Amino acid sequence: MELLAFYILGAGAVVTAVMMVIHRNPIVSALNLIFTMFCLAGIFVLLNAHFMAAIQILVYAGAIMVLFIFVIMLLNLRGEDWPPLTWKKLLASFIGILFVGYSLIKIIGIFRGSMLPVATPLPEDFGTTRIVGEKLFTDFLLPFEVTSILLLTAIVGAVMLAKMKIDKG
Amino acid sequence: MDLIIDIIKILFIFTLIMGVFSPILGWVERKQSALMQDRVGANRADIFGFTMIGLFHPLADALKLMTKEDFIPQGANKVMHTIAPFISFVPALIAFAVIPFGGEYIIHGKEINLVIADLDVGLLYIFAFASLATYGAVIAGWASNNNWSLLGALRASAQMISYEVAMGLTIIGVFMVYGSLKLTEIGAAQEDFFKWGIFLQPLGFVMFLAAAIAENKRIPFDVAEAEPEIIAGYFLEYSGMKFIMFWMAEFIEIITISGIVTTLFFGGWNIPFVPTATLISFFSSLGDTWANIITMLIHIGVFFSKIIFFIWLQMTIRWTLPRFRYDQVMKLGWKILLPLSLLNIFVTGVVILLFKK
Repeated sequence: MELLAFYILGAGAVVTAVMMVIHRNPIVSALNLIFTMFCLAGIFVLLNAHFMAAIQILVYAGAIMVLFIFVIMLLNLRGEDWPPLTWKKLLASFIGILFVGYSLIKIIGIFRGSMLPVATPLPEDFGTTRIVGEKLFTDFLLPFEVTSILLLTAIVGAVMLAKMKIDKG
Repeated sequence: MDLIIDIIKILFIFTLIMGVFSPILGWVERKQSALMQDRVGANRADIFGFTMIGLFHPLADALKLMTKEDFIPQGANKVMHTIAPFISFVPALIAFAVIPFGGEYIIHGKEINLVIADLDVGLLYIFAFASLATYGAVIAGWASNNNWSLLGALRASAQMISYEVAMGLTIIGVFMVYGSLKLTEIGAAQEDFFKWGIFLQPLGFVMFLAAAIAENKRIPFDVAEAEPEIIAGYFLEYSGMKFIMFWMAEFIEIITISGIVTTLFFGGWNIPFVPTATLISFFSSLGDTWANIITMLIHIGVFFSKIIFFIWLQMTIRWTLPRFRYDQVMKLGWKILLPLSLLNIFVTGVVILLFKK
């Protein structure tokens, strides 16, 4: 049952991710990305990480993707404005896929060679909000705080860039 | 056995929301507007001369909209145009899965917890799915191939992003006070009347209600629909069943908001000054099982009475206030609600640190 759910979610994630890349219409691409996020959230649930799943949907699918779609709509991007596919491009992407596929096979081969640790049963409270919070504020406090500083820097930078344009114009 | 109980709970909530609340809310909305505008209101639809104070209107509406042509405008994206109403409808409905409509009762030696799914991340689950309802409006507006619709969709997405932030920060105060994300635990913690969320988080309650109404895009925050400006915004190009689905989604969201507000700030299923144990011992002459069953029914009744009160409150707000201008909506979200909610978190933290030792 769990394996079946994993295959369905995994296939969904892969298919929508590919659709996101190849679809010509930016809005449809964005919607496919949302479905990918959904499938990933489902896989998090299968891994007993309910908190991560809820955050995945809340932050990525619910907030960031709305922003993406907002920007796409605001700029009114339409697929038909884009140059059509040519044979040259198709050939180039074919060769690209060939190289990526070859390296993926090699990487998987290396991973197969190394033994994964035997799965141990999870503790009762694994993945609960309390445990995630405790880990974040004890073992991972420094990365957590550094990330927030990084985000703050990004926000200040974005405001500065926008403000320079406003001041000029 | 557990499966049967779960199915009964799901059917109970589903029929109550889809079969009782959402059709009647259409009638309530009309009657409320009539009341506040000094009109008689919906009272014409009749069966053999009986009008039932207008209660047949939902039936007439449903018949009318079901038999209407399902219209898809030229140049619209057919697939997206069709799935948009579903996307706005489903998240509103499934959010109710984690809202407890009663406490825990022992019936025939079996513990029954009156919530469909008691998730550890309960409240986050509601927010996750509430944020997805945005896509219904956004996709509907985009797929309709109509400039007014697109404007409505743009406004809807901007408004959602703004108010989602404020809403999420507002309830952090509630988590801090009760120390849990589980709605059943938050509800159970409010058995004592003076521990109700409205007393512990008064500012949080006001801000949450404002942000929730904004999320539902109702007056005074309905700039995404705004009939005088952009006709009807994102669902302008919808007719028949798809149109009614947007309406139902709005009504269900009203019920869900009322449910969340009741659970977080108004004690959920608890009656002021009457703890569950007192209630059970009051009926103990009937035997343990019956005492539990009667207590359960009373609590369900209390919970839905509170929900009805908040539905009435939202209806009254809807018909009292004028629509905010678009820039006013944005200003309220970013410049007032956001700093206030941050302040609320800070003050809550300080108070907890000082008094909870």
